[in-house]
Amino acid sequence: MTESEVKELIAAGLPGAVIHVRDTTGTGDHFEALIKAPQFTGKSMVQQHQLVYKSLGTHIQGSHAPIHALSLQTSPL
Amino acid sequence: MSAEIVLKQIDTDVKGNKIMIYMKGTPDQPMCGFSAATVAVFKQLNVPFESRNVLADENVRQAVKEYTSWPTIPQIFINGEFVGGNDIVQQLYSSGELQKLVTK
Repeated sequence: MTESEVKELIAAGLPGAVIHVRDTTGTGDHFEALIKAPQFTGKSMVQQHQLVYKSLGTHIQGSHAPIHALSLQTSPL
Repeated sequence: MSAEIVLKQIDTDVKGNKIMIYMKGTPDQPMCGFSAATVAVFKQLNVPFESRNVLADENVRQAVKEYTSWPTIPQIFINGEFVGGNDIVQQLYSSGELQKLVTK
């Protein structure tokens, strides 16, 4: 996957979020993302990360998921 | 092993150990950078912890993800509660929160 594909998926699931995505290995399967989203207000870290995972759906879940690793830094916007 | 039995075992392990880490590899031989980083933190804190190598059992690997609705490994539980993955553990460690959690 590309950085912009990952960013678009997260943006679709978290409208209004400020998102930075970086491919950490250049192989299109290890990413790190910095996300500030209004939807994170009042939520625990686990809940915030779960919202991101939900936006990525089968791109990160399941045995054929293209994303193998995702480092997250999230905070409310 | 049926999925239910595996889930029950996870529940038992999570509640029966103060710190429970589902990881890739073992604490002495981690097989993934994130699992290694997580174990390093708990070793640094010098607290006893229990772990399971999800690479040794595909049933556990799938079941723990179902147990927490969390798609990635490592998964860390403290006092029977899911705390998150490596990113969250590192953040809690930097802020001093983790030290408080493990001494509760």
